Parts: sequence; C-alpha cells; structure tokens
Amino acid sequence: MKPPVTRAPDHAAGDRAPDPAPAPARPAGARPPGEPRRIGYLYVLPALVVYAAFLLWPLLHGAYLSLFHWDGLTVGTWAGLGNYTQAISDPHLRGTFRHAAVLVLFYAVLPCCIAFLLVAVMSRSRPRGLTFFRTVLFLPQVVAMVAVAVAWQWIYSEHGPINGTLRLVGLGGLARGWLGDFTWALPSVGLIGTWAEIGLAMVLFLAGVQKIPRELYEAARVDGAGAVREFFAVTLPGLRRELSVALTLTIIAALRNFDLIYLTTGGGPGDATRVPAYEVYNRTFNTGEVGLACAIGITIAIVVFAVTAGVGRLVEGRA
Amino acid sequence: MTPTTSRAERTTTYAVLIVFTVIAVFPLLAVASQAFGLPHPSTDAFTGAWRKGHFARYLTNSLIVVTVVVLAASVLSILAGYALGTMEFTGTTALFYVFLAGLMVPTEAIVVPLYFDLRSVGLDNTLPGLMLPQIAQSVSFGVFWMRAYFRSAPRSLIEASRMDGASSWTTLWRVLLPVGRPAILTMVVLIAMWTWNEFLLALVIMNSNEDLRTAPLGLSIFQGQHQTEYQMLMAAALIVAAPVVLVYVFLQRHFIAGMLSGAIKE
Repeated sequence: MKPPVTRAPDHAAGDRAPDPAPAPARPAGARPPGEPRRIGYLYVLPALVVYAAFLLWPLLHGAYLSLFHWDGLTVGTWAGLGNYTQAISDPHLRGTFRHAAVLVLFYAVLPCCIAFLLVAVMSRSRPRGLTFFRTVLFLPQVVAMVAVAVAWQWIYSEHGPINGTLRLVGLGGLARGWLGDFTWALPSVGLIGTWAEIGLAMVLFLAGVQKIPRELYEAARVDGAGAVREFFAVTLPGLRRELSVALTLTIIAALRNFDLIYLTTGGGPGDATRVPAYEVYNRTFNTGEVGLACAIGITIAIVVFAVTAGVGRLVEGRA
Repeated sequence: MTPTTSRAERTTTYAVLIVFTVIAVFPLLAVASQAFGLPHPSTDAFTGAWRKGHFARYLTNSLIVVTVVVLAASVLSILAGYALGTMEFTGTTALFYVFLAGLMVPTEAIVVPLYFDLRSVGLDNTLPGLMLPQIAQSVSFGVFWMRAYFRSAPRSLIEASRMDGASSWTTLWRVLLPVGRPAILTMVVLIAMWTWNEFLLALVIMNSNEDLRTAPLGLSIFQGQHQTEYQMLMAAALIVAAPVVLVYVFLQRHFIAGMLSGAIKE
C-alpha cells in the first residue's frame, strides 16, 4: 500500500504503468514533447471558459457586490469597505467568527490530538488489516453532510441514543435536547465535526507513520528512550508534513460548515451556533443584506487562502 | 539486538484501532437500527420515506446532474491538463495557478453572486444552472489532477507516438488515456461524490422548482416536513447517503488517495 500523501497527487496509488527504460539521451537542442505548441491554447480554452464564467466571474462579482449596501431588489448604494468593517465591529457578526474559531478547535485541533495519541500507541507495530481500518475510519468523510446532519440531529435529540445511554447509566439528570441548549449547542455541533474529521487525520498519520524508518525507533530504544520521548523525538517530527495537511483540510472544513449548521440548529438557539458560512445565506435570503453577505463570503475565502498558505509554513517550517 | 514489538504492544494497537473504528461506525449503526425499526425489523420506514419524500425523482435528478457534471468536467480537465502538462506555450504556469486557485474558493464565496447572475440569465431553477457551476468547480480540481498525471506519464510514450506521425489529439486519446485509466477513475469518483453530496448550491439555485430538487436538497425538505418521525428520517438519510457509500466500499483506495492530496503544495 502506497502512502496516500505526496507532494504531487499520488497517481501511483492506482496502478501506474510500469516505468519503461529511461529515454535515450537526446542531442542537446532536440526537444519534443514539450516543444512550444500554440495548439495548447485550444486544449485549455473550453475548460477556461466554463471556469471563468461560473467560478472566477462570480468571485469577482461577489467582491464587487461586497462594496455596496444592497438589499437584492432596489438600487444599491456605495459602501466602500463598510460591509467589511461591519463584519468585524458588529458584535453579532464578530460572534459568528468567534464561533468559527471554537469550531476549529473541534474540527481540527481535537481530531489531530486524538489521532496523534492513536498513532503514538500504534507507531511501532505495523498492524494487519490496515486497509479495513482505514476504509472504516475514513467513511464519515464520504457520507453526504446533509445525511450526517439529519442523523446527528436525532442522536442528540431529547429521546435519542445519547440521552438514552445517559439514562441507562443513571445519569438521566444530564439528559437534554443538546442542540437546543444555549451552552451545549455549539460544542455538540463541534463534536459532529470531530467525529467526521478524526478519520481524516488518522488515515493521514497512519500513512505517515508507515514511512518512518523502523531503525529510528530501534535506535531510540537502544538509547533508552521511553514511549513519550520516543514520540516527541521520532514520531512527531516524522509526521510534520501529514500534520500540516491534516490541519489545513480540517480547518477549512470547520470554516465551510454551512450544511451542518443549516440542518442541525439553523444558527440557534438564539445565535449560539451562528457561523460565517451560515450568515452568508441568512443575510442574503432572510435579512436582505446582500452586500454584507458577499463581504462575509469573501472574508471566508481570504481566511481559507491564508490557512492554505500559512499552516504548512508554520508546521513544517518552510520558508 | 533488534527490539521487536511485544505482544502487549500489539494488543494495545488493535484495541485502540477497534475502539475508534467503533466510534466511527456507531452513529451509522444507530441510524441503521433506527431506520430498520430494530428490534422489530421492517422496511416500512424506507418505503414510507421513498414515497412521501419523492426520492425516486430526486435520486434520478441527482444521477442526471452527477452524470453530466462528471462527463463534462472530465473531458474539459483532460484536455486542459494534457496541454498544461505536456506542452510548452506562454502562460502555462500562470494558467495552471489560475485553475489551482479555484480549489481554494469556497462555495460560500460565490453562491450569492452566482444566484443573481443565474437569475438574470434565466438559469436559476434549471438543471444547467446547477450543473455549470459544479463543472467549473470540478474543472479546478480536474485540471490540477490531470496535469500531474500527464507530467508523470512517460515521455518516451509521447515521443514514440509523435515519431509515428500521430497528432497531439491522437496521442492523447490513443496513447496516453488508456494508460491513465486509474488516474482518471480517481478523478471521476471524487467529482461524482462532491457533486452528489453538494447541498448549498442546490438549495440556492433550485429555490422554487420542486421537480428538479437533488437528493440532498430533497432530504433537507423532507426533514423540515417530518421533524420528529425519526425512523423515516433515518431511512431517508440512508437512502441519500447510500449510493456514494456503496461506490466508496469498492473504490476506497481512489477516494482516499484523491482526497488526501487535496492540500497540495508544489
């Protein structure tokens, strides 16, 4: 089994054609297949047209709309960066970004910590049946978020399995409608994210651990390192790249959780679970603040962009 | 001396793996047992949800959307990835980064302007209006993916083909694609999954045309109508999730390899 993560996409994970013998050396100057070919533009054109019309254009249009106060019906008025300053200064909207930060803990930090604990335990033995475990652990990632949300809404409900279990073990006093509780709604939604993302982090780390040379562990043991020191000296440094990929993917998942919020809590109770991704929809279709909604959408895009560029640098120490 | 893994260590490893495997599947099993009405198994909830939720129609709509998006996005991505991966012309790198940037654009950032744009050209509440943005999003991943494949394809194959006097078109379809089937399959299953599971775009674009709802959108409406009929709701959730899960069981390698390469840095 090939490790799934490489610098470029791992086409070797499929059955790459057997590599033929290296091409014979060419005299300098002869340069097919990459020689300049104008026909390349023709090949790129169809994809570029669709991409530009239905992704780039809406993005630019959204950035433009974010500079206006507009209700979606009448004529808009110029706002400059007013919508952005509102997104930062309005206590309600600032709250949504705070909620998003809390969700990052549940979607990204917690799954990575748990996954680390697991691989620390497993780092030295190479368990059999890994394909099976990998397949099952990764499963939550492929289930439609809408179905996940509907399922968890029942699991958290008044008479759902969680409260059922609590009552069974005599903790019925703790039972409640978790998603309708001002204190518990946000952590409850967050834990759905934790459940969904643990598998992603685990599968990544599992693949990474397989690549750490066994000799490093043996050397550490010969040096008399305990399990904890071994983890910090061998496992953790060996998983830096996987950690940065896992954090990037899970943080982005925490920011793009419209489906889950819309279907489990609708931002409630009160605005206890309002997040930016939900406000984009809410401000457009419920309160008619289209410019503000676009500003929030663009802000999410900027944060996603920053996370993608920044996390790797931070974790892997790349320049 | 070679310190080998002790029996105790092995046992811990398996115990840990099993505990978290159980955590991963517990909600799914709970949902399934609720849907089948355990401990008195019946499929009434499924037939009820199927009929009341109009899932035959919504699954068909989803299937049509997925088929068109996958076909169109794959062809466009193969063509563009081929050019960007094997040919040299001014702007290849710039064009590649333009496509790559699309991977980072969240749907939340484009859905509102898209709604107004599509409405102004009469494409809201139509299948093309739902498909085209998803083709665009998929192309962004597809170009990145196929370009990497074509770059890794053996140069000697391309050269030999050209020596035989084949055009770039023939080289692509007759020589490179047959070899690239695994890479293409990975791209196809990922685009199919993303398209099947897409909710926000469907919610906004199919805002009034009930006949064209996709399966996830149908599920969300169904939930709104049957708030606490949990047995039927769980059955409906399983119906909507099942197609992707089934494909995943058979092609898990492709799903995992593709999704984990999502955070790429060149």
